Amino acid sequence: MQEGSVQEAHVHAPPGGFLRKYVFSLDHKVIGKQYYALALVAVFTGMILSWLMRIHMVWPNAKIPLLELFSKNGAPGGVMTPEYYLSLLTMHGTLMVFFVLTNAPFAAFGNYFLPIQIGAEDMAFPRFNMMSFWTTFVAWVVLMLAFFIPDGPPIAGWTEYAPLSAVGKDAGPGMQWGASLWGISIAIFCVASLLGALNFIATTLDLRAKGMTLMRMPLCTWAWFITSCIALLAFAVLFPACILLILDRHAGTSFFIPGGLVISDRLQPHSGGSPLLWQHLFWFFGHPEVYIAILPSMGIVSHILVNSMRKPLLSARVVIYSMMSIGFLSYMVWGHHMFVSGMNPMSSLAFSFPTLTITIPATVLTLIWLGSLYGSNLQINSASLFALGFISMFVAGGVSGFFLAQPSIDIYLHATYFVVGHFHLVMGVASLFGVFAGTYFWFPKMTGRMMSEPLGKLHFWITFVGAYCIFMPFHYLGLIGNVRRYQSFVDDFMAPYIGWHKFVTIAALITGAGQLVFLYNLIYSRFKGRPAPENPWNATSLEWSIPSPPPWNNFGGKHPIVYHDPYQYGVKGSKGDFVMQDSPEHVVAASGD
Amino acid sequence: MSSSIAAPISSQANALPPNEAAARVTPSARRTSSSGIWVGVFAITMSFAAFTSALFVREGTADWSHLVLPPILYVNTLFLLASSGTLEIARRNLRAGAGMPKAGAWVALTLLLGLGFCAGQYRAWLDLREQGIYLATHPNSSFFYVLTSMHALHVLAGLLALAYLAYRLAIKQCVIRRTIFDNTAVYWHFMAVLWIYLLLLCRMKL
Amino acid sequence: MGKLLAIVLVLIAVLSAYPIVAHMFVLPEDISTHGHAIDDQLHETMLEAGLSFVGAQIVLAVFVWGFADRKKGSQLKNFPGGAKVAVIAAFVLVGTEVLALGVLGQEAWAEVYFTPAKPNAIQVQVQAEQFAYYFRYAGPDGKFGAIHPDKIDEGNQNYFGLDPANEVEARDDIVSGELVVPVNREVQLLMHAKDVGHSFYVRELRLQQDFVPGLDLSVHFTATKTGKYEIVCTQLCGLGHYNMKAYLNVMSEEDYEKWLKEQAAQ
Repeated sequence: MQEGSVQEAHVHAPPGGFLRKYVFSLDHKVIGKQYYALALVAVFTGMILSWLMRIHMVWPNAKIPLLELFSKNGAPGGVMTPEYYLSLLTMHGTLMVFFVLTNAPFAAFGNYFLPIQIGAEDMAFPRFNMMSFWTTFVAWVVLMLAFFIPDGPPIAGWTEYAPLSAVGKDAGPGMQWGASLWGISIAIFCVASLLGALNFIATTLDLRAKGMTLMRMPLCTWAWFITSCIALLAFAVLFPACILLILDRHAGTSFFIPGGLVISDRLQPHSGGSPLLWQHLFWFFGHPEVYIAILPSMGIVSHILVNSMRKPLLSARVVIYSMMSIGFLSYMVWGHHMFVSGMNPMSSLAFSFPTLTITIPATVLTLIWLGSLYGSNLQINSASLFALGFISMFVAGGVSGFFLAQPSIDIYLHATYFVVGHFHLVMGVASLFGVFAGTYFWFPKMTGRMMSEPLGKLHFWITFVGAYCIFMPFHYLGLIGNVRRYQSFVDDFMAPYIGWHKFVTIAALITGAGQLVFLYNLIYSRFKGRPAPENPWNATSLEWSIPSPPPWNNFGGKHPIVYHDPYQYGVKGSKGDFVMQDSPEHVVAASGD
Repeated sequence: MSSSIAAPISSQANALPPNEAAARVTPSARRTSSSGIWVGVFAITMSFAAFTSALFVREGTADWSHLVLPPILYVNTLFLLASSGTLEIARRNLRAGAGMPKAGAWVALTLLLGLGFCAGQYRAWLDLREQGIYLATHPNSSFFYVLTSMHALHVLAGLLALAYLAYRLAIKQCVIRRTIFDNTAVYWHFMAVLWIYLLLLCRMKL
Repeated sequence: MGKLLAIVLVLIAVLSAYPIVAHMFVLPEDISTHGHAIDDQLHETMLEAGLSFVGAQIVLAVFVWGFADRKKGSQLKNFPGGAKVAVIAAFVLVGTEVLALGVLGQEAWAEVYFTPAKPNAIQVQVQAEQFAYYFRYAGPDGKFGAIHPDKIDEGNQNYFGLDPANEVEARDDIVSGELVVPVNREVQLLMHAKDVGHSFYVRELRLQQDFVPGLDLSVHFTATKTGKYEIVCTQLCGLGHYNMKAYLNVMSEEDYEKWLKEQAAQ
């Protein structure tokens, strides 16, 4: 009986053939880039959807000719129908949460850099990894199909509450095959994510190089590892929920549909189901999901900040424990999405305490980031600008959570624009800032070329100022009781505030246009960017010890040995004010006296 | 080097002289795939926990009925438990030389028993159908069909792994990595444990 | 560019705080008995959240200003106290905040949810459906007729599926498209969803509660000021969700009795 050694188990021959090299690659780096590309397509789609929504909201009778070409039912004469607004809203949320915020910070960067940062040649299960990506891709195709069926995409929001989502076509347009495609797509996505999470966990536990103890892993690796633990549990619960929903829709079961419902003048042939059951199952997944969206960016930002500051964080260990606490607590708070849902009001109080408590590790992280900046030697570049912007956005989005965590305040603010402002800032924008920071930081390593710094800075300023202009007003609008998920405002109550919505729409269009700067930078630099050295940022973690771009087997067949944690900055190293993780040189503290 | 700090913040605790650093444990392929299978088992457990909680929520409603479990389920249980036994016997035969095809035969027997289980499950569904009890007849039957079919799907995956194992051992008679056998065994035994749980759940609650 | 970032951060902090501090967005007037507790809590939270937000942005700005793009040869320093300070500050600051807000918050929540409706509260049944609200009063006999989903007939305005022909209690039930209540009297809403999930939200009442199909939910409130207030749906219920609204019409006691009599006469 032969024992396999780690190298033997995971060595795969250098890829040959176009399909194996670029399409069905087993190489985690290619897979990471594939996830990134998918996220890029999804984010631009989601962004365009938001433009359409915002334009329609403030100019409900606006004619958008291209839209009619795309969907005659949805926009007859180019004017968006109310139901199509809800379709776009549903697809915007679904694309952004699943295919952007789970894909980009976690699957894309994690796949590319986790193995390298722990000194491994590839992920533990390269075949599963390839399957994860292509399964995700299939999920995306199934979802996008909803745009092209006559009835259109579903109108129940990315949360697809039952019984609206469960009864089928009586519930409204898009709720026949549109909603079914949604359910199938997300179920497939769950399987893909579970496979991915499994890979990350096994890789992190078992494929670390010599000397790479858990505590010596970079903070972004820690974040990916914790995120994959969260994802494993969360998607394992969403999958059954989707199965039960599909059965209610197509097999006549009544998991989520009670009896006696009259919809479209038809008494529905179901009984006994519980709409709240869907909400519990969905949010048991849904809340950890938002931490899946933000944790990797926290790790990426921490990692980049240290490099930019030329000085370690006050304590990497505390950052790791904080991220772990956030992961743990994330499973205890889901009911805060359901304070006024009709569940037992005692439960609401119970959920509010862990929700408020999760502020503690989040505050610890923020204070450590801020405190570490003190006395640092902060280098400003596109990556560090986005990392600093992340801190600003995370705080801005996080403090509105203080309000929503309290059930009594939530009575007033639930389902208003206050909530929309909160989650966009803290999840959408902050998480994307982490992705942007990671892109500017790691692009040289991934492509062997530098991105344009001036364009990067331009992108930062447009996005930073623009995002505040878009999402800060949402909080004010929520305070006066502006209800969400309305296609436009038809009542006098909102009339005095339409001006603010117009401001937001214009800001959204400009900020969106600014993202084209990023896209251009990405594409131009890929082909014409200045060639990048192996370690353009004088960074310490293992990815900077290999060529840019890395060879197919990362370390060229060698086995790296790790001697330090990855945050040896501000020291007297042979190459400068840093010592790389795989450098056996003793760390000499630059003497302070 | 011009910039300096008063004391190196985190390096003291972690910097080791080179020879000590290199002496840390080297991971092995066995641990990787083993981690993988246990993580997978954990995820599947969570999914069935979600189904269980759905059952508990649904249980309280007025249309909750009662389902008499088809007796063949107990026969199927015996088949599944026996298949775990045969797999363990196969393990004992796993040694180079004559042991390989013997082990392969026992694995093939495991596979057959597993197929027997699946056939028996199908028979159970047919039994219910003959009584006019379908997926949507009442919530109890809904849960029964969902739980048993979800379990059966996972068993099918296990059957594929067993088939591959039997083929490698009995027909190609080549040496396999110990880990492949171990992981398949973990998964297969988990299918039995999960089934016992589901059977008890259905019996007590449905 | 670090200095520019610092300036922009301060500007953002100030500009974001301005609309709040300048009372540009004022909560709609509170016409409920329990609302003051919610408003107080909201203002308290605004203070803490506002200070945290502005404080953090300014600290970030100051540190970026002070430590970005420094001259070569600048000395690296550590924040005095290091990580310990951060952890203690987080526990103390947030811990007290959690205690304060979490414990304080119970009062308003309890008033809405843990105090039962008074025995003499006026009971009104609210049915939410795609895309309207209908309100039912029990009429002089004080009893509600049963709901029969199979008898619902929108064309004949039998929204609740009542069967007055066969049920005595249903005969005097008053059905209205408007929620008419007397001022300063407690009202108990019996909430029923006909089709999918909806929600009942009156901003001025500081009241919001989802309708759950299949569940009998109720809330109670006392309106303290006459006038007409919007009831809007906040739970996505289909294509007409944006237009699903009714009015809460708070009248004086005499006007309310008059209205009841008029409705009963029909």
